[in-house]
Amino acid sequence: ELTPNKIPSPKGESNQRENARGKRLTCAASDRYLNGAKYSEGNTHPHKHTYTTFSLFLLPANMEKGFSPVGLRVLVVDDDPTWLKILEKMLKKCSYEVMSVDGETSRVMKGVQHGACDYLLKPIRMKELKIIWQHVLRKKLQEVRDIEGCYYEGGSDWITRNDEAHFFGGGEDVSFGKKRKDFDFEKKLLQDESDPSSSKKARVVWSFELHQKFVNAVNQIGCDHKAGPKKILDLMNVPWLTRENVASHLQKYRLYLSRLEKGKELKCYSSSGAKNMDSSPKDAELNSGHQSPGKSNYVFSGGNSLIHKATETDPKPLASASVSDPNSDVHMPPKAKKTRIGFDPPLSSSAFDSLLPWNDVPDPLESKPPILYENSFLQQQPLPTQSSYVATSAPSLMEEEMKPPYETTAGGGTCVNADEFLMPQDKIPAVTLQDLDLSAPSAISSMKLQEFTSNVTSNTQSIWELPESHHSGSLDTDLDLSWLQGERFLANISSPSLIYELPPHLWFGNERLSDPEEYTLMVDQERFCGYT
Amino acid sequence: MDALVAQLQMQFRDYTISLYQQGFLDDQFTELKKLQDDASPDFVAEVLSLFFEDCVKLIGNMARALDQKGTVDFNQVGASVHQLKGSSSSVGAKRVKGLCVSFKEFCEAKNYEGCVRCLQQVDIEYKTLQTKLQDMFNLEKQIIEAGGRVPQVDIN
Repeated sequence: ELTPNKIPSPKGESNQRENARGKRLTCAASDRYLNGAKYSEGNTHPHKHTYTTFSLFLLPANMEKGFSPVGLRVLVVDDDPTWLKILEKMLKKCSYEVMSVDGETSRVMKGVQHGACDYLLKPIRMKELKIIWQHVLRKKLQEVRDIEGCYYEGGSDWITRNDEAHFFGGGEDVSFGKKRKDFDFEKKLLQDESDPSSSKKARVVWSFELHQKFVNAVNQIGCDHKAGPKKILDLMNVPWLTRENVASHLQKYRLYLSRLEKGKELKCYSSSGAKNMDSSPKDAELNSGHQSPGKSNYVFSGGNSLIHKATETDPKPLASASVSDPNSDVHMPPKAKKTRIGFDPPLSSSAFDSLLPWNDVPDPLESKPPILYENSFLQQQPLPTQSSYVATSAPSLMEEEMKPPYETTAGGGTCVNADEFLMPQDKIPAVTLQDLDLSAPSAISSMKLQEFTSNVTSNTQSIWELPESHHSGSLDTDLDLSWLQGERFLANISSPSLIYELPPHLWFGNERLSDPEEYTLMVDQERFCGYT
Repeated sequence: MDALVAQLQMQFRDYTISLYQQGFLDDQFTELKKLQDDASPDFVAEVLSLFFEDCVKLIGNMARALDQKGTVDFNQVGASVHQLKGSSSSVGAKRVKGLCVSFKEFCEAKNYEGCVRCLQQVDIEYKTLQTKLQDMFNLEKQIIEAGGRVPQVDIN
C-alpha cells in the first residue's frame, strides 16, 4: 500500500530540499483576489494597492497525527487578515505548526503562483484542511503514474472545486488541467541524473539561476543549434562549471524542447496510458477554451525523484484510485475564465524557499536547493526579484508551442513540467496557481483565499497576470503556465482518486457553494517525492 | 449561583439562536466557535475584531471611491466590496455578506445610487452586528463570572 511515508527518496540523490525522510511537501495558499483585484492571466492589475507586506505561514505538518504527511508546509498568502487568522487557527488545529514570516510580496506571489495546486472554496472548513494533503498526494501519485505508468505528473490541484453544477447551479465547469509530462524526457533525465555511474564527480545541480544563465547564454547565441557547449559555457561565466556539464545539460534541454514540440501535437492524455511514452498533452481545447488566447503556461515538473519513487513503490493502489479520478472530476470549463489552480508547479519547494524569506527559517534539511524554473511569465513582470525567477528558456519554449496544451483527462491544465529538466531530483511539481482569466462572474474563477495579510505591491500583482502573449520567439520569454484548466471538483464528486475516500460533503459546504468567488487557493509546492 | 448561571445560560442560548434566526450569523460562525479552545479562549472575539476593523477600513475605501463625483472608479469600489464579502463570509456575518453581493452587482452595473445605498446599508449592518455580538460576548462573560460555562448552542 502506498502511503506518503513509503515514498522513497530518489535514488542516489540526496534530496536536498527534501527532507530526508519524507518531509517536504509544501503547499501554499493564496487568495486569488489579492488586494481586491482578481489576478488572472492577462489582467493588468487595475488598482494600486497599499499593502506592503505579506504574511506567510510555514506549516510543517505532522503525519503522525494523521492529518498530513510530515513535512507538509503550507504557505498562505492573503490580504485578508480575518481569513488569515482563521486559517491559522484551523491549521494549528490540524497539528500544523504555524509560523509567520513577512515575505517580499513579489516573491511570495511568484512562489504561490508556481505552487498552486488546488484551491479551496472559502470559507474553509477544518475538515478540508485536514485532508488537503491527500489531494496533493493523490495528485502527485497521479503524476507519477502518468509517467510511464509510474510517474507522477505534476498535477496539482487538489482541491479544485468548481463544480458548477454543484456550486453554482450550472455554471461553468472548470476542470483542472493536468500537466502533461514529457515522459521520455523525464525518464531520460532521470536516468541521467540518477545513474550513479554517470558521473562520479560532483553533480552539478542545475538550479534555477544556473539554468537561467544557461538559457540566457543559449538565447544570446541565438539558436540552440549553433550553440555549442563551449560557447555557452563562456557566456555563462560560471567558473566552476565545465564544458561537459554544459554539454549534457544542453543535450537534455534540446530533448526537452523537442519533446515539447512533439507533445504539443498530442491529444488527450489518457490516464490509463501507463506506458505511453508519447503521452500527449492534453487537449488543446481544454486549455484554449479557458484561457485567453495566447496563454499557455507550462510548467514542467521535474519528476525525477518522483519517478524513482514511483518505481520503487507500488503506486498502484493510489494510482488506480487516481486514475479513475483524473478527470472525472474535471470538466472542461465551458467558457473561459476560470480560476485556476496551477498544478505541478515547476517550482520546487526549494526554489520557492529561495524566493522567500523562508530561507532564513531554520530548516535543518534544507540546503541550498536546486531551483526549478519559474514561470516564464514572471519574467514579464517587473518584479524586483525577477532576476532570480526568470523562467528558464525551456519553459518559454514550451509556452510557444504549447498553447493549449495539455489536458488532463479532465481538462486541461497544461502544465509542462520544466522541472524535470532542471531539477534532477527533487522536483516539485509545483502546483501552480494560475488564474485563468475568469471570464464571467459566474466563473468559479474568483478564488479568494484570504489568508494572512498579504500586501501585494503592484509588482507582485503582475505576477498573477499571466501574459497572454507568449513571448514568442525568444527563448527566454516567459513561460506561460497554463494552469488553469478548469477546476476540479473533488467534492461532491466522489473522488475515487482520493487516496482516502473523502466524502464529498466534507470538502465543500454546500452552502458555500453559492459563492463561486470564494476560493482558497492551495498551492502545492512540492511533490511527494520528498516523502519516504 | 446556580440559578443565576442557569438563567444566564438560557439567555445566552436564546440570544444566540435569535441571531442565527434573524440572519445575522450563519454556519461559518458556528465553525468559528468550534475553533475556539483552551489554547485560544478569545479566538472568536479576536477574529471578530479583526473583521470589524476590516469593515471600517473597507467601507472607508468604498466611501472615498464613491466620493469622487463624476469619476467614480467602480472597479475600485467593487474590489473593496469583494474583500468585504470575503471577510464577512469568513466570520459568518451573513447579512453583511448578503449586502455585499448586491453591492457588488451595483458596482458592476456602475449604478451610483445603488452603490451609495448599499454603502449606507452595509455600514449600518456591520455596526448592528457588532453591537449584537458585543451583547453576546457580554453574556458569556457574565456566565463565566457567575461560575458557569458557556453552553454550546446547537443551531438548527
